[in-house]
Amino acid sequence: MDTFRDKLVPVTSILLGVVVLWYIFAVILNAPFQRDLDRRANETHGTVEFIGKTLSQPKPTLPAPHQVAVNFFENTFLRPITSNRSLVYNAWVTLSSTLLGFAFGTALGIIIAVGIVHVATLDRSLMPWIIASQTIPILAVAPMIIVVLAAIGVTGLIPKAMISTYLSFFPVTVGMVKGLRSPEIMHLDLMHTYNASASQTFWKLRVPASVPFLFTSMKVAVAASLVGAIVGELPTGAVAGIGAKLLAGAYYSQSIDIWSALVAGSVVAALLVMVVGIAGRLVDRAMGGRPA
Amino acid sequence: MTGTSPAVVSASKLGLTFQTNDGPVQALSNVDLTIGKGEFVSFIGPSGCGKTTLLRVIADLEKPTSGTISVNGMTPEQAREKRAYGYVFQAAALFPWRTIERNVALPLEIIGLSRAEQAERIKRTMELVNLSGFEKKYPWQLSGGMQQRASIARALAFDADLLLMDEPFGALDEIVRDHLNEQLLELWARTNKTICFVTHSIPEAVYLSTRIIVMSPRPGRVTDIIESTLPKERPLDIRETPEFLAIAARVRDGLRAGHSYDD
Repeated sequence: MDTFRDKLVPVTSILLGVVVLWYIFAVILNAPFQRDLDRRANETHGTVEFIGKTLSQPKPTLPAPHQVAVNFFENTFLRPITSNRSLVYNAWVTLSSTLLGFAFGTALGIIIAVGIVHVATLDRSLMPWIIASQTIPILAVAPMIIVVLAAIGVTGLIPKAMISTYLSFFPVTVGMVKGLRSPEIMHLDLMHTYNASASQTFWKLRVPASVPFLFTSMKVAVAASLVGAIVGELPTGAVAGIGAKLLAGAYYSQSIDIWSALVAGSVVAALLVMVVGIAGRLVDRAMGGRPA
Repeated sequence: MTGTSPAVVSASKLGLTFQTNDGPVQALSNVDLTIGKGEFVSFIGPSGCGKTTLLRVIADLEKPTSGTISVNGMTPEQAREKRAYGYVFQAAALFPWRTIERNVALPLEIIGLSRAEQAERIKRTMELVNLSGFEKKYPWQLSGGMQQRASIARALAFDADLLLMDEPFGALDEIVRDHLNEQLLELWARTNKTICFVTHSIPEAVYLSTRIIVMSPRPGRVTDIIESTLPKERPLDIRETPEFLAIAARVRDGLRAGHSYDD
């Protein structure tokens, strides 16, 4: 359990540092408004009382960590998960389109990578477009995808999932191209001495060799998928989802709601990356990987 | 090849020139060579003498640019397509995601043998290289010498009559190497295969071979061919006999004549 302690202690110290800084900035950023309030109410407070008040405003510029924590706890555990104010419900809405988009994106990424590795023309013609596709800001593309798809009658989960697909296929393509090309010359020569066909070399050598690359890129892709799903909820006026919560919070200046939706998004992202990581480790173990 | 004992490998005026950024490099020039069935032939010389390239030409991993070569009376390409040889590389080159027995099974899967036949061949070759009991281990669980033995088992698995070995024991320590040399001779005696063996160790070449091809660099060429007078039965301490030392001296002279000791 030494590795646990080796990881836990440094990570916790950084977390504590961040929380302390967060409190300091919450006081600094909320102070002007609090001073304004006090002046209008003709009140004067001692320093400690003043700081206390900056950390308990209903619509603070920067909510204090404990305010976010309380809001997050209430909206996660105390509400029925069918309520549209429940973070669990909203996270589930976002998660479902994330997973669908991630599945599409991974499949698309693998197919493109296989094409690029096996067809020289695709390598030269497709790769520049794939890279260019990722330089277009997703915030500009997302509304268009949603509007265009709505015009042909596709609404709901699919348009959001497509934005996730758009963001997540790229890391998978890049990782898999690298992975499928990762076998050593010696291994390729070996297959050549057996007079192995291209498909035998592919299935018996290239595919197994690419598996670690696949899982590394899937970790990046699943996080990108989540971003895509959230971004997809912003321009649609979606009624539910983490993106919708962020938008509603911004409309009504509910800064605490925004922050707790952000925390919910981070928790979902961390869980997704963790699940992919565990799956990767299980597969590695099944493929005879040396225990770390 | 119409003779009574057809040559396994026959090369004449064989040459290979690599085109590099620094201009053409003559890796092989004017190589004439005939290897008969059941011979154990070593290729020895300093790095850059083309010994590995020659082996790769026999295996159809490189194409010669001049001259002719035949393997089992065919072009190297036809021979490779007929799976005429097993090839052992400098490193074991086992697939890390396969157990030892699945690694040995790899060529058998590729030529499409049934599971039962695979199991039978695996059992036989694992016994041949003394690795019985390690079938279910992954490569990283084995020592370097055992990994190389597994790769020899893999090369033997589909029962080709020709075994091409490219410095297979070069990366191993001397004690393991002695042991593997002994086992290789035993294996050769039992299977009656033709073996082409690339090495840069004079004692290894003399100990193993029926014939030693001395090569030298710039351009890569054959400078001497030495027939061994040692008996087929060779215990390790044969290496202290005057006969052994005389052959080793001849090999060293051959290398010196090819300017292999020049700076």
